[in-house]
Amino acid sequence: MREMIISELTQAMHDLARGFAHYLPRLIVMLILAFVGWLIAYVVKVILRSILRLINFDRLSENAGASQLLHKVALPSATEMLSRFVFWVTWLGFILLGVSVLGILGLQEQIASFFLFVPRLFVAVFILFFGLLAAGFFSRAALLAAVNASVPSPRLLSLAVRSIIIVFVLSIVFEELGLAQQTMLVAFGIAFGALMLGLAIAFGIGGREIAKRFLEQKFVREDKEQDEDELSPL
Amino acid sequence: MEDGTFLTDDFLRQLINVGEVDILVGLPTHNNARTIGSIVQTIRSGILRSFPRERAVIINADGGSRDGTPDLVRAVAIDDARPASNLYALRTLHVIGTKYANAPHNGVALRTILAAAELLRAKACIVVSPEFESIQPDSISNLLHPVYNEGFDLVSPTYRRHKFDGLLMTNLLYPMIRALYGIRIRESYMTEFGFSGRVGSQFLGQNNWSDSVGENGVELRFTLAAISGGFRICQSFLGEKEHVERRAADLVPTLRQTVGVLFSALESGFDIWSPVSGSQPVPTIGSDPDVLLDPLRVNRKRLREMFTTGVNELESVFQSILSPSTLTELHAIDALGEEEFRYPAQLWVKTVYEFAAAYRKSVINRDHIIQALAPLFRGRVFTFLVENRNGSANDVANNIEALCLEFERLKPYLLEIWKSKQ
Repeated sequence: MREMIISELTQAMHDLARGFAHYLPRLIVMLILAFVGWLIAYVVKVILRSILRLINFDRLSENAGASQLLHKVALPSATEMLSRFVFWVTWLGFILLGVSVLGILGLQEQIASFFLFVPRLFVAVFILFFGLLAAGFFSRAALLAAVNASVPSPRLLSLAVRSIIIVFVLSIVFEELGLAQQTMLVAFGIAFGALMLGLAIAFGIGGREIAKRFLEQKFVREDKEQDEDELSPL
Repeated sequence: MEDGTFLTDDFLRQLINVGEVDILVGLPTHNNARTIGSIVQTIRSGILRSFPRERAVIINADGGSRDGTPDLVRAVAIDDARPASNLYALRTLHVIGTKYANAPHNGVALRTILAAAELLRAKACIVVSPEFESIQPDSISNLLHPVYNEGFDLVSPTYRRHKFDGLLMTNLLYPMIRALYGIRIRESYMTEFGFSGRVGSQFLGQNNWSDSVGENGVELRFTLAAISGGFRICQSFLGEKEHVERRAADLVPTLRQTVGVLFSALESGFDIWSPVSGSQPVPTIGSDPDVLLDPLRVNRKRLREMFTTGVNELESVFQSILSPSTLTELHAIDALGEEEFRYPAQLWVKTVYEFAAAYRKSVINRDHIIQALAPLFRGRVFTFLVENRNGSANDVANNIEALCLEFERLKPYLLEIWKSKQ
């Protein structure tokens, strides 16, 4: 009996040792990959940060309105955020590559799907950034045009333009990420429809006078008081 | 040298028939049937009186008129029987024309005229606006004579104008160009001007015609090119210029064609304007520029309102363009009542210089920077109107001179912010 127990324990120890010996090189490979990945991710981060500073990415992000958002939630600058994002994605990629070397069943599929997801994540970030940039540009263009044309509530108009573009961009981003596509589609449809209906009602009923004045300014030239300029600038 | 390939075959044929000329008059038109007849007659009279022995051509560059303007120009050319006139040409005075496009474009029209001048080897050229109804035969001579007989390369016009006309010129373009380039040209945005074949060819070759930027605001671009090229420049008095009523919506396109062009030229010409200090007058032929003092109905209240709306609504835009101290001062003057409101010269000059530096650094989209200047310019116009409401011609001239000196005094400030990275 005693010998049997000792034999089983010895067998178990041998199996453990064999298993450990079998996994140890893989574990070392994983650790090496993680370390090399960290080094590469760090170098990529430093290079990317320098490039972004060189092209004045923070100013671009400021124009897009992204910097203000980051500042509000006490996050670092857009350059720093993007550099860190790339660092973590790169390093995580290497770690997952290392984990896949371990050959753990069931994990392989998840890792493969992560690598398939990474390009879409980058595309989504790209769309989000340039979408915000477009929203900033067009809302400012609307604001300036409205101020110079003496249209009432220019800031409201500018905000409406920005909101519509951002909602549109977010719907594209979620679609790209494949997150709750049906929900997003329905939510976007409802939100956009409601916004348009609201604007139509507001402009038609609440802003009847404004609409009247606007149309008069646009098409009727008899209103001398409104039509005349101060003086000839040239 | 421009090869002139953008000219139509028909126009090239007409130019070949004309041959070399001494004098060329460019007449850009678009639906000017009401005025064009008398203007062409005046041009002819001017040439026949002062240059009867020179070979001359009038070139009509039309931007797709639908009221028969080109036909009227040709009809005037054919109508040589003027029994009342004792003017006879000793050489043929040609009148030719081309339709350069279906829509008017000052840049393309000038390019057509310059290319024709180069192909015809014209010694002295002038461009006359079809809206300059009060033009006199002497005006033609005043523009041509300095180039043809005295060796000047550019003749800029001066006029007798209402004291409240051309406020962008008096409050920004004239003082800023004077302070930066050191040359006192009153009308840098020229609709009537004279030039030598030399400066015409150089501008034709240098200007970037391939994109819309190069063709935009070409009237001012030409002046700046002549100044930067070190050409001989003078001014010539052309008489009275009519008051042109404009709508508020005209201001932004005008700012693009003038201030936008000036700011853009400052970027490429930094080495030329940065070492200049002080300013020198240019030779003036004829009378000095004069002002009319007739009462004029102006909606000042609206100007003030548009300034206030701009300062309050465009806060986020101004934060990118202006320094905090300038923005604070703008808010401070905006808080003043209508009677006390003044946009002082010093603050106006600082504003303009900060806009120029922001444009150079592209802190936001450049066109947005130009648009943002419009409400502030209206505030400055309001102040100018109030300060000169009862002012005599001398008072107005003194106020403009004081503003010019302020621009010159604060030039080091522009250089400082121009070079700073913030």
